[in-house]
Amino acid sequence: MQIKVLSVSEVNSYIKRILTNDPILHNIRVKGEISNLKIHNSGHIYFSLKDSSSKIHCVMFKANSDRVKFTLEEGLKVNIRGYISIYERDGQYQLYVNDIEPQGIGALYLAFQQLKERLEAEGLFDKRYKKELPFLPRRIAIVTSPTGAAIRDIISVIKRRMSKTELIVIPCQVQGEGASASIIKGIKLANALEDIDLIITGRGGGSIEELWAFNEEAVVRAIFESQIPIISAVGHETDFTIADFVADFRAPTPSAAAEIAVPEIREVRELLSTLNKRLCYTMSSNIKDKRNRLELFKHSYSYKYPYANVYDRRQRLERLLEDLNKQIKSRLTISRGQVKAYGERLHGLSPLSVMARGYTIALNDEGKVIKSVLQVKIEDKLSLSMGDGAITCRVIEVVKEDKSLEKEKI
Amino acid sequence: MKKKKFEAALERLEDIIHALENKELALDDALTLFQEGVDLYKQCHQKLEEAEGKISMILEENGQIKQVPFTERED
Repeated sequence: MQIKVLSVSEVNSYIKRILTNDPILHNIRVKGEISNLKIHNSGHIYFSLKDSSSKIHCVMFKANSDRVKFTLEEGLKVNIRGYISIYERDGQYQLYVNDIEPQGIGALYLAFQQLKERLEAEGLFDKRYKKELPFLPRRIAIVTSPTGAAIRDIISVIKRRMSKTELIVIPCQVQGEGASASIIKGIKLANALEDIDLIITGRGGGSIEELWAFNEEAVVRAIFESQIPIISAVGHETDFTIADFVADFRAPTPSAAAEIAVPEIREVRELLSTLNKRLCYTMSSNIKDKRNRLELFKHSYSYKYPYANVYDRRQRLERLLEDLNKQIKSRLTISRGQVKAYGERLHGLSPLSVMARGYTIALNDEGKVIKSVLQVKIEDKLSLSMGDGAITCRVIEVVKEDKSLEKEKI
Repeated sequence: MKKKKFEAALERLEDIIHALENKELALDDALTLFQEGVDLYKQCHQKLEEAEGKISMILEENGQIKQVPFTERED
């Protein structure tokens, strides 16, 4: 029997028909690990699913991948539901993925973990971004469903604690399609309103699917970007959403949020009156202290004897003057002694005292002292000055003698 | 005071009390501070007691934002 020659397209088309008609392959579940992950711009996702010894090409079209809450990652162990078919152009069979789920944990739980890690790494939960909650907010915006337990709880607790606080309910959808957009709009509206001091956003308890809007990245970012401090109040105490991590304060329940939001008016009144009492007390004790000091001063030595100081100083001055006199006197005595000694020495040096011992000074006509025989001639008139007068005489003889030897002997 | 937040006023009041505890403070300064403290207390008290405490709800109709009194509705 002659075998018919087929074109490549015919072969691939035939195989495709077989594969898609197979009762098992047209709807199968496959488990494995993601590798060679490529996310195309179009939104289609391509990857290989492998186990220790084999692999299969997989494709997930945008319409299906859009529904995946978590992010596909290299090495992630997943369960896939889909069908096997062939990509005719390449003649390659592949697994067309309808649904994908992480192994072991729920898809939503994984999505939660992934987003939390990513935003945490980005720093969105950092303490430094947390805004301080006002102590006494005057206007609070509540972004939640206008019906249901959450809003009822919040309003009744706030009114009980601080009936004066003004509340503005910004109604929004908190679950289902469009919930995240609605919450974001509410938060932005609260920021646009005047004089809002605090925002509470949240909802009552529910399944993870029902709380999901508070795990949406866009909602989390809207909370982060709010200029007004936000308290998150989602579900019950055990429910954690990513909104809780990014909010300025996480309240375990809507009622708890209300308690955190406002203080009890009674407590604030007490605080105020305590402050007032302390103010008056410190003021009066301050004045009392000043009065005491005044009293103390009245009994002080310097107040009682204001001139004591003057007397002391006067006495000291007198003593100083005395000392001064004494000093001057002793100086004078010393000086006088010195003057006397100088006078005596001076007297010893005076020519008069020499003359008193019998010496005479010879002067010529011009009154000049004659120190040598060579200065006089015979018949010169000389005047001899004595201690008690003078003698005028004429030179009769001049004898020159050498007296230097004698002088040296002396 | 309108601009001053309630807690800022409380803090200032606390500061004034601390300042008055200092016995070296001149009497004139002490009296000025005391007067400020009394005023702050009065203002805080007024602020606490005078607020209206109404509850309203924001409604959006044809792109218009309206504020209406809040009435509780059942689901």
